[in-house]
Amino acid sequence: METVAKIAVKKTEDEKAERVMTAQAVAQAALKIQVSNLNFYYGSYQALHDVSLRILSNKITALIGPSGCGKSTFLRALNRMSETLRGTRATGEILLGQEDVFAMDVVTLRRRVGMVFQKPNPFPKSIFDNVAYGPRINGLAHGTSLADLVEASLRRAALWDEVKDHLRKSAYALSGGQQQRLCIARALAVNPEVLLLDEPCSALDPIATAKIEELLYALTDTCTIVIVTHNMQQAARVSEHTGFFLMGKLIEFNETSLLFKKPACKETEDYITGRFG
Amino acid sequence: MRHFEEELDELRKRLLEMSGLVEAAIYRSVQALVEKDEALAHQVFKNEARVNQMEIEIDEMAVRLLALEQPVASDLRFITSAIKINNDLERMGDNAVSIAERALSLMHEPPVQAAVDIPYMSSLVESMVRKALDSFVKKDGDLARSVLLGDDAVDDRRTEIYEELVRYMQKDPSSIPQCVSLISVARFLERIADHATNIAEDVLFLVDGVDVRHHAEAKT
Repeated sequence: METVAKIAVKKTEDEKAERVMTAQAVAQAALKIQVSNLNFYYGSYQALHDVSLRILSNKITALIGPSGCGKSTFLRALNRMSETLRGTRATGEILLGQEDVFAMDVVTLRRRVGMVFQKPNPFPKSIFDNVAYGPRINGLAHGTSLADLVEASLRRAALWDEVKDHLRKSAYALSGGQQQRLCIARALAVNPEVLLLDEPCSALDPIATAKIEELLYALTDTCTIVIVTHNMQQAARVSEHTGFFLMGKLIEFNETSLLFKKPACKETEDYITGRFG
Repeated sequence: MRHFEEELDELRKRLLEMSGLVEAAIYRSVQALVEKDEALAHQVFKNEARVNQMEIEIDEMAVRLLALEQPVASDLRFITSAIKINNDLERMGDNAVSIAERALSLMHEPPVQAAVDIPYMSSLVESMVRKALDSFVKKDGDLARSVLLGDDAVDDRRTEIYEELVRYMQKDPSSIPQCVSLISVARFLERIADHATNIAEDVLFLVDGVDVRHHAEAKT
């Protein structure tokens, strides 16, 4: 017991060492996206303040925080989707691999960094044409190879078995959970390196949610995933790293298991335990 | 206060109530032995049923909170620690009962004249128990660490008592039944100290989020 006691007394030093090791592990792992000192403005309103964050390749990163904290703004900044709004402005740096996101052709960027939204938004087309849309306009595939690509994308989105006999039916005939997986299949069809998901399960029941979550695990073979969610249990279940945003600032970014077991910041603790505000 | 926080507070109060019962049981069991007080031993037996009932109630409450509230961070650490502390308290209560049983068996036997100081060992153990429970109440990591440091002294006292009583039995074989009972008492006290150590380790997990059991911290 003496050794245990000595170890316990040295707790603080060891804890520091552990955090340093974690930081080193993050530094050594392959980085997919590196955000440095990102500020984002809607007109004169500053929605993000000096956010720096590293997203690891082939991992799921969750972003949590109360409404209006900037997590969706941050997500949309990653593929410059936020530029579609007039009067927005960003400063700082976002690197996709080694490339400056702000210097890239925006169409190429959004092909490489796909997005799935809160509400399923299939096009008013058939199931097949929804998935084929991206490859067609990008000239990625035709004829048989297009059909193969649609099948492969639907399989990756765990939807193929449910729709293979109804590919010409309207996408609107699918359930909410199926529509959302169709949107994921559509995003996957152009073979993105990163998939951004903005509360993809908030309109889905627990069964459809579980299917999407299982799908996310499987997609990390080929994709890096960043998910914004209000559902903290979902963040805890699916992600390896979690960032907590509050009032436009990144308060804490940590391994998910650490953040939900022993958060480093009081604001994080207050938010995830419901003592916020 | 939110409903969940009220429930956590209720869980804390129940654990404190149980720890009060167990502390009293330990004290009474040793007093029953030292003072040859039969009534005190019977109070310990009577107390045990209540401790056992509380263990079940606290477990039920903790499992319900885990299932319904899906706690995280300090709330999660509190509830998981409470489940383990609950178990340790119940085991400490069982050890107090075992000491009280030995006290009864020795009640009408001639005293052993060996140089063994059960009351001193008991005072060390009771101090560890008190500090462990105080550290839980106050969420005081330093106090919990001081409990871990006390365990070796208790182990040493148990070894001393064992060796002294073995020597005594060799000199006076007629004293074997009493000596064996006293060795058992020392062993029960040492086990109570081990449970106090477990509680202190749980408090460190609760307060600091670190696992110090079985040198776990050194391995990670």
